[in-house]
Amino acid sequence: MSATPAPTDPLASLRDLLAIAGMAPEQAIALLDKADGYVEHSRAADKKTDRLAGRTVVNLFFESSTRTRTSFELAAQRLGADVINMEVAWSSIKKGETLIDTAMTLNAMHPDALVVRAPDSGAVKLLADKVNCAVLNGGDGAHEHPTQALLDALTIRRRKGELRGLRVAICGDIAHSRVARSNIHLLNILGAEVRVIAPPTLLPPGIETLGVEAFTDMRAGLQGCDIVMMLRLQMERMQGHYVPSIREYFRFYGLDHAKLASAKPDALIMHPGPMNRGVEIDTVVADDIDRSVIREQVEMGVAVRMAVLEVLAGRAPEAPA
Amino acid sequence: MSVDVEPGTVAYTNARVLDPARGLDAYGGVLTRGGTIVDAGANLFAGGVPDDATVVDCGGACIAPGFVDMQALLGEPGHEHKETIHSAGVAAASAGITSIACLPNTDPVIDDEAGLEFVARRARETKLVKVYAHGAVTRGCAGGEMTEIGLLSAAGAVGFTEGVTQVRDAGLLRRALSYATAFGAVICQRPEEPAIASGSMNSGALATRLGLKGRSRHAELMMIERDLRLAEMTGGRLHIGPVTAGESVELIRRAKARRLRVTAATAPPYLVLTEDAVGDYRTFAKVSPPLRTEADRRAVAAGVADGTIDAVASDHNPQDQDSKRLPFEAADEGIAGLETLFALTLGLVHDGTGGLLDVLHRLTAGPADILGLDAGRLTPGAPADLTVFDPDAPWVIDPDSFIGKCKNAPFENHTVRGTVLRTVVDGRPIHTAAARDAA
Repeated sequence: MSATPAPTDPLASLRDLLAIAGMAPEQAIALLDKADGYVEHSRAADKKTDRLAGRTVVNLFFESSTRTRTSFELAAQRLGADVINMEVAWSSIKKGETLIDTAMTLNAMHPDALVVRAPDSGAVKLLADKVNCAVLNGGDGAHEHPTQALLDALTIRRRKGELRGLRVAICGDIAHSRVARSNIHLLNILGAEVRVIAPPTLLPPGIETLGVEAFTDMRAGLQGCDIVMMLRLQMERMQGHYVPSIREYFRFYGLDHAKLASAKPDALIMHPGPMNRGVEIDTVVADDIDRSVIREQVEMGVAVRMAVLEVLAGRAPEAPA
Repeated sequence: MSVDVEPGTVAYTNARVLDPARGLDAYGGVLTRGGTIVDAGANLFAGGVPDDATVVDCGGACIAPGFVDMQALLGEPGHEHKETIHSAGVAAASAGITSIACLPNTDPVIDDEAGLEFVARRARETKLVKVYAHGAVTRGCAGGEMTEIGLLSAAGAVGFTEGVTQVRDAGLLRRALSYATAFGAVICQRPEEPAIASGSMNSGALATRLGLKGRSRHAELMMIERDLRLAEMTGGRLHIGPVTAGESVELIRRAKARRLRVTAATAPPYLVLTEDAVGDYRTFAKVSPPLRTEADRRAVAAGVADGTIDAVASDHNPQDQDSKRLPFEAADEGIAGLETLFALTLGLVHDGTGGLLDVLHRLTAGPADILGLDAGRLTPGAPADLTVFDPDAPWVIDPDSFIGKCKNAPFENHTVRGTVLRTVVDGRPIHTAAARDAA
């Protein structure tokens, strides 16, 4: 037998998925590789496996969500796990049972993985510290949304081969976006050149320190880009506080073919959804089958979540603390 | 007196040519063709005047870029009984002003593209001085939601301001300054903290004696200090004016030394008058910020002379009898300033405070640069906006004979020196002294 030591599994040390920041490149690549395998699997007629048979996954959402929750639910079911969905109003956490009480209650039911979305940055981490099972961050405030970044990276990788050397522009409400932050981290980890483009009121101070070049002019920022990621702009930000109006936002920051002409001719358009057509993106661009990979992102979402759940929910349970 | 034929080639000869932007003060002339300056300077006509040129012999008078008034309230739309774009245009032309940037405090407020279009159309029809408009910072100048600074900039707004008031909310001003950087737009603030500036005249012994509630210079200083902080925080372009307190000049001087993107203006009342002008409850001397002390007046004048203050604006605010013939505290604020802007400012030259080119700079290239206007210079290719004036000819200000609609100015019987002989916009004479004398 050869003396070559068996390669160590970079995912062996992964207990939770709370953030992309701090993730090793090998871990990211291993997750993407694993997810890639689930893409074909999900396209087959029989989508069910038993890799998580007998395991329990709880989707604990303190913020309403349709697509992310459905995506996690489908991923868990395809792996054979039992899935419970809990939607809890964040307001009740603020005035009644605390977040930690909720965590302790759920912990007593011995789930294998908790998928948590919360409107406050850092809330998922706080909860993760109190439970024994694996915790997957389904989005916390304006902090991180790690599975979104992974599914975006998978989408890009399958289209462009690799991420190294690609120029990626993330456009829109950077200040309030967890999608932007997770993507900035992951794209940097995978060797892409990252730009952010936004009105100055939606660029958080010091964003450059995260490894991006910031632009306030869309055409300048899109110059030579391989990937254009649009972000959703919340309606309440458009009423004269951060941005004067929808029409002004669309004029200067909405992605239309005129602005897109600054990017590379084969640039791909991405959006985490749900889209505000006519606000951050022109319908014609969003539905451009040659450029838009927005629906593909949704498909990759299930594959990525299957990969992450397989790794984290499939472990032997820890001894109770 | 507007002439509807296309101006041909005109040679302004026998003139003292003053172009503050390039420090030019020389005997010579200016040549214009159509609406454009061909050249200006000494020895321009040494080889003779071009054959096709009409000669305007300036008779040894000064010729300078037309004056740019960066801050004036014009009353139209909504307050046409106080001033119209036409009445203001005639008044401004008589005083050598070729460009005005009007404030958005009209009815309706200039806070959308339609408001800008209206002013532009009325100015085109009037065909006198060029009239630009500031857009409001907030919708309706109500202090709530930011206006469409990008679309308004694209539609020609030269600056953004609440005009006769100011942005109170620090968070809002922070966002506006920040947002405006994407469009290179300047935010102009009248420096008074409204929560503190509740009185009706400068606070001090005189206000106390008159039994009037005072308005402390600290209201001005704290607003400037706060706004400078916000400019530093956002990298935004901030313009402060009118500046009236001596300490304000010092604050701005230090901010400029720190390389903040800040500019400042004042207005002639603060260069000429003190709180004493309030005298016996004279409402014509009620203005915001209020007239201050002699020490403040001197410091502000020195700031104009040394360039700490970049511009002198008329801060024209026409008020009719109904607004002024009231008890002092009930009367409206404001001084009609178009027709005295030049002569009162030139007083700084006559009393030795500043040099002629320096003072003229604050009326020409200074304000033009703040607003990004192609004006205020005698550069070849620039618009032929010119003022011919006699810097020494004395006259006595008589507000009752003002051409503008309102006569609210506390300058009656002030003797000034400096008479405008001819005002030219895009090569067209819009005022000549002879025409005024005949009127």
